[in-house]
Amino acid sequence: MTTLTRGRQAPAPAARARPPRRRRRPWMTITLFVLPALVLFLLLVVAPIAVALYASAFKWNGFGGLPTNFVGWDNFTRLFGTEVFRQDVWHLGVIILLSLGVQLPFSLAIAMLLHRRVRGRAVYRLVFFAPYVLSEVITGVLFSLLLSPDAGLANQLLGAFGLESAWLADTGTVLPSVFLVMTWKYFGFHMMIYLAGRQNIPEELIEAAQIDGATPWRVFRHVTLPLLGPTIRISVFLSVIYTIQLFDLVWILTEGGPSHASETMAVTMMEFGFGRNQVGYASAISVVMFGLSLVFALVYQRFVMRRDLEGAATSMGDHR
Amino acid sequence: MRRTTLPLHAVAWIVGAFILVPIVYALLGGFKSTDQLSTNPFGLPDPWVTENYTQVLGSGSFWRQLWNSTFIAVATTAIVVLLSAMAAYVFARFAFRGRELLFTVFTVGLMFPFAVAILPIFVMLRTLGLLDNPLGVILTQAAFGLPLTIIILRGFFRSVPGEIEEAATIDGCTPFGFFWRILLPMARPALATVSVLAVVGSWNNFMLPLVVFSDEAAWTLPLGVQQFQGQYTSDIARVLAYLVLAMLPALGFYAVAERHLIGGLTAGATKG
Repeated sequence: MTTLTRGRQAPAPAARARPPRRRRRPWMTITLFVLPALVLFLLLVVAPIAVALYASAFKWNGFGGLPTNFVGWDNFTRLFGTEVFRQDVWHLGVIILLSLGVQLPFSLAIAMLLHRRVRGRAVYRLVFFAPYVLSEVITGVLFSLLLSPDAGLANQLLGAFGLESAWLADTGTVLPSVFLVMTWKYFGFHMMIYLAGRQNIPEELIEAAQIDGATPWRVFRHVTLPLLGPTIRISVFLSVIYTIQLFDLVWILTEGGPSHASETMAVTMMEFGFGRNQVGYASAISVVMFGLSLVFALVYQRFVMRRDLEGAATSMGDHR
Repeated sequence: MRRTTLPLHAVAWIVGAFILVPIVYALLGGFKSTDQLSTNPFGLPDPWVTENYTQVLGSGSFWRQLWNSTFIAVATTAIVVLLSAMAAYVFARFAFRGRELLFTVFTVGLMFPFAVAILPIFVMLRTLGLLDNPLGVILTQAAFGLPLTIIILRGFFRSVPGEIEEAATIDGCTPFGFFWRILLPMARPALATVSVLAVVGSWNNFMLPLVVFSDEAAWTLPLGVQQFQGQYTSDIARVLAYLVLAMLPALGFYAVAERHLIGGLTAGATKG
C-alpha cells in the first residue's frame, strides 16, 4: 500500500472530498449487481409467502393457476376449531418452555464449564458440537432406532435398572423424547454461542469481583450472566424461531404420532397440503406460523434485543 | 481459587458419553448382524460382520445420492455466494437513495420460516416443470440463503478501508474490477465462512427435497436415509451401516471446516 500511495499525495485529498465512484454512472453498477439477487429473492421467497397469505383465504387444491374459490376466514375458523391444531399450539408451548427452561440453561452450564482451562476442552467442544452438523434425518433415524421400545439401546441400557420407557411410542412420553433428541442435536450449538459470548467478557471484570470476595456463584449471577445478556437473548430468539417451524425431526421420529401427540404445526400443514391436497387450508396453517414468527421477531427485537443489536453485532465473529 | 478439576471432567465425560454413545453404537452396530444386536447390544461385534457396509457401498443408490447431495450443495453455494457478494458489495460501498430500504427487504427475509413458503414453491415448481429437477431445489435454497449471506458479507466488505478502493480507482480500476480482483480475494475468509454455512444447510436440507423429488434418481442423502429405514425396518444393523456411511461426509467436512463453521454460526447468530 505504501508504494501505491507514495507520490500521490496531491490527488488524495481531492479524491476524498469527492469520491471517484460518484463521478461515474453508479446506477448501472448498482442495478447490475443487485438485480440478480433481488429477482431470485422476490421470486422464490417473497412471492411464495405472498401466495401463501393469499391462498389462505381460499378453498384450493393447488391446481389450475391462482385459487378462485374465496372463503374468507373460513380456513382459520375451521383451523382454530380443530383439536389437532390446538394440540399443535400446546406442543409448541411445551417445547419452547422445555428449551428455555432446560436446554439453554444446560448449554450455558456446559459453556461455563468449558470456558475454564480444563485439559482437553478443545476435544470436548469438538465432540459436543458434532451432532449439529448431522442432518435432522440422520439424527431422527438414529434415535428412532435407539429409542425403539423393544430392541432399542436405551431400553437395553435402562432395563438393567427397571427404567424402561415406551419413549416415542407412548402419548405421554413422546414429547419429552423428541425434546431429548433436540437437545442432543442442538445443545452444542447454543454452547458454542455462549462460549463465543463468554470469551468477549474482559477477564478483569471477573477478577475484580473475585478479589472483592464474591463467591463463584455470585460472580456468575451478578457479573457473567448480565454481561452474557445479548448472547442469551439471541440464542433464545433462534430457539423459538426454530421451534415454531419444527418439522424434519418430528416427521422422521414420529410423523406427529402416536395419535397426534407430537404433532407440530408444520407437520399438520404438510399433511393437509401434500397428503390431502387441501392447499388453501394448509396455507392458513403456514400463515399462522408466519404470523407467530413475525410477531415474535418484531416484539422481541423491539422490546428485548433493541439494546443489544449494536454491541452484539460487533463483538463476535473473530474470537478464535 | 485452584481446586481439582475432577468434577468438571466427570461432567464433561457424562455429556460426552451422551453425545458419543449413539454414534459409536451405530458404528459398531453396522458391524453386527441384527441378531447380534439384540443378544449383544453393548459389546464389540463378534464376529465382525462387514457385509452391511459393503452391501451399501456396493449399491448404486448410495453413491447416486451422495453425488446428488454434493452437486446440489456445490451449485447452491456457488449461486448464493456469488449473488450475495455482488449485492453485499453494493450495500457496503455505494451510497444511494433507498439503499437501506432495499437492504432491509433482504434482512427481513431472515424471519421468514421456510415452511411457510413450501406449498406455493411446490405449486410454482410444478407449474414450471421443475419437479424432480435439481434446479428447483438449488434455486430455492439459494434464494433462502441470500439474507444471512448478504448480511455477513456486507459487514466484511464494509471493513475494507476506503483508501484501497480509492487507490484502485485512481489506478484505473472499474467498480467491477475492484469487486472482482481486489475485494473478493481480500474477502476470502468471509467467503469461506458463508460457503461452509451454505454447504451444511444444503447438505442437511430435508423438507424441500422431500416435496420436490419423487423420482428416486434425484434423491439426496437425507431422502435416501429415510427411505432406507422404511425399507429395512427389521434389519436394524443394515440401517445403522447406512446411517454411518451417510454421516461420514458431514463429519469429515466438519473436521476440515470446523473453524469456519463455528465462526460463521456465531457471527451469523449475533448479526441475525
